[in-house]
Amino acid sequence: MEIAIPKLEMKGITKTFPGVKALSNVSLRLFPGEVHALMGENGAGKSTLIKVLTGVYTKDEGTVTLDGRSVEVSTPLEAQNLGISTVYQEVNLCTNLSVVENIFIGHEIMKKGKIDWKEMNRRAEKLLTELNLDIDVSKTLGSYSVAIQQMVAIVRALNVQAKVLILDEPTSSLDLNEVRKLFSVIRKLKNDGLCIVFISHFLDQIYEITDRLTVLRNGEWIGEYKTESLPRYELISKMIGKEFNNSKSITDNLALTNKGDYETVLAAEQLSKTGKIQPFNLELRKGEIMGLAGLLGSGRSELARLLFGADKADSGTVRIKGKKVYLNSPKQAIANNIAFSSENRKSEGIISDLSIRENMILAVQGRKGWFNYISRKRQEEMVDEYIKLLNINPPNPEQLIKNLSGGNQQKVLLARWLLTNPDLLILDEPTRGIDIGAKAEIQKLMLSLSEEGMSIVFISAELEEILRTCSRISVLRDHKKVSELENREEIKQQDIMKEIAGGVG
Amino acid sequence: MLKSRLFWPILVLVIILAINLFVDPGFFKVEVKNGHLTGSLVDIVNRGAPLILISIGMTLVIATKGIDLGVGSVVAMSGAMAAMTIGQSMASDTSLTPLFIAIAAALGLSLAAGLWNGLLVSRIGIQPIVATLILMVAGRGIAQLITNGQITTIYYEPYSFIGGGYLLTIPFSVYLVAAVLAIALFMTKKTALGLFIQSVGSNPEASRLAGINSKNIILLVYVFSGFCAGVGGLILSSNVASADGNNAGLWFELDAILAVVIGGTSLMGGRFFLMGSVIGALIIQSLTTTIYSIGIPPETNLLVKAIVVIIVCLLQSSEFRQKVLRPRTRKPLKKEPENSSNEQEVKIS
Repeated sequence: MEIAIPKLEMKGITKTFPGVKALSNVSLRLFPGEVHALMGENGAGKSTLIKVLTGVYTKDEGTVTLDGRSVEVSTPLEAQNLGISTVYQEVNLCTNLSVVENIFIGHEIMKKGKIDWKEMNRRAEKLLTELNLDIDVSKTLGSYSVAIQQMVAIVRALNVQAKVLILDEPTSSLDLNEVRKLFSVIRKLKNDGLCIVFISHFLDQIYEITDRLTVLRNGEWIGEYKTESLPRYELISKMIGKEFNNSKSITDNLALTNKGDYETVLAAEQLSKTGKIQPFNLELRKGEIMGLAGLLGSGRSELARLLFGADKADSGTVRIKGKKVYLNSPKQAIANNIAFSSENRKSEGIISDLSIRENMILAVQGRKGWFNYISRKRQEEMVDEYIKLLNINPPNPEQLIKNLSGGNQQKVLLARWLLTNPDLLILDEPTRGIDIGAKAEIQKLMLSLSEEGMSIVFISAELEEILRTCSRISVLRDHKKVSELENREEIKQQDIMKEIAGGVG
Repeated sequence: MLKSRLFWPILVLVIILAINLFVDPGFFKVEVKNGHLTGSLVDIVNRGAPLILISIGMTLVIATKGIDLGVGSVVAMSGAMAAMTIGQSMASDTSLTPLFIAIAAALGLSLAAGLWNGLLVSRIGIQPIVATLILMVAGRGIAQLITNGQITTIYYEPYSFIGGGYLLTIPFSVYLVAAVLAIALFMTKKTALGLFIQSVGSNPEASRLAGINSKNIILLVYVFSGFCAGVGGLILSSNVASADGNNAGLWFELDAILAVVIGGTSLMGGRFFLMGSVIGALIIQSLTTTIYSIGIPPETNLLVKAIVVIIVCLLQSSEFRQKVLRPRTRKPLKKEPENSSNEQEVKIS
């Protein structure tokens, strides 16, 4: 394979957004007749790279060569004309149109100024039977399952003479049989010499279907590997961490949890939500920091959302300090002294039109209700205290939160919850996308809060961070809590990675 | 800060009033006749009272990223309800029921209408524009049912005080506006309601996760909007001494939306400006008065308003401003600060 020349090569791709370097010197090589996985956690730069390739974004630097010829892809249409087609996670076809219309939309076959339905039907059937799909092309697309729709989307891509086919999370909404079917289609296309880029968070599928893979992390190119010769845990470590350097465990607060006679703050039993997270048990003692580790989509956020009532559980019970509670809404959770900071800072955290002050007091004021309006003077005292404590910049309470950096926004959100003085604080990726300095401050803050007796559930994609702060670690995989580990000196990132990866390491 | 927000609306208002001065040098003259304050300016405020009230209610609805198209119909329903409870007696001192019961019935119906809108939007989750469209159409039907499809004249003298009476030389409707405005200002500034409305309008999901009961906030603003329209309906029907299910409050919803937008509240929800809406309503009322006073045919009234609406909508579109306004001048950009955030979002996504 290495002897062959790449069909498509992206070299030294750099893309900068205001304030963020999304891609820096990233490369991607695709050979004819291979399935190539693009791996990386959220924010690693996968979708940016794909968008550069398909002409949605314009690259700042770098070259793209197709069939040995340098090409400039500046619009999605140009990408299509070059034979680069994408099938997105959510099928973006028209479900109220027929299968054949969906395949040919924009590329209708014309005869004497009219659409040649006969020829289009014939061609559509031929393309579909080539992929062993026997469906009625005149029926509306919406009458078929998502899997079939996905394959129609692929057929549509093939119809425009695709040379490179990008499948972005194609399996996330498919069941096992549908995945089988999709894979047989992929294998067939591969044998026909197509280059296929496969993006998925399901490791099993990556190992089943892909030949080689490229790993990105934080917008940087980590490496290109043969899938079968890269052990799973090594892949994970390349995606989320540095090397297997000796983990730095925490010291003081570990001793605290080992005593065991501390009050149990949270006890969740058989809590579950269909399709999100399988039944799990979770216990948390006073002043303990529990880490939730797992890949994106493993169910770590889903678990946290159930504990806060952000999503309603289908089954199971939750006890707070021994008392059974019902967490049907965030409001109820807050009334039970639970706080939750979402991983989606922008869409579920900040109220962008409001000031630092208003954002900070929101949860406290929400618990007090309308008429117990905190006086302006008291508000300012509270806000000033936390601006100083968390070192928020700019230290102006009336500054709109949308004008703050990500790290400072995160601190304001932390302050919002700390002001409610919770017993249990759930932090979902509080350090994602913020600079190192702010990251360290937030970690330090968590440790001092736990010393004061606050229990914390901490979700992070960075194992190093979890090992530094958490006394226990729950590992999640495929919507299931698979294990729980005590954080001790001998625990290595490697061990956790093996748990996260599952299967044979 | 508030002053700078109100600067543009006030400027527009002053310009419109100044145009009148050219036509009628006595336009700004205000005098007390028979213990009544009179003059063109007093007329504008007095005539504009229903619209100002409705704009106040509409402001809070729009702040939650909603819209209430039903207010014009509620005006008609409120007037019809009052007319029916007062009865058809031609004598000026006879009413079927005491006046306060007629008022309570009219306002009760308006509150129920607001509750209906609020439930559709907050509990059933229908898009506000669709949900309130139902009442916009059905409300006029209800008003006509109440009045048996007739334009009902109200002869009862005390009723005319609401819209036409004077208290301490000032028109009584001004007191009503002041009272409702005071309630709205108190609720939004002295309680946490203003904060909650802004947060729900700006980011409903983040507000829910912060423990705000968004549904009740949304319900409340629609009920309040119904109430404001109800009071407006009382003033209007009292002023003309009749209830007209078909035409009372016709197009008020559009005027109110326009007033809110002129006042600086974005249709995207979030930050809202009650005083801005009041000035916006005054601008529209002055516009109507001006059209009459400078002798433009009244048929073009709607057209002129439509043109103002189009201009305001275009100014709200960041694409339009970039294409048309930016090359010439940057000033209009400062006028609409919320649009800069739209541009940011586009970049990020």
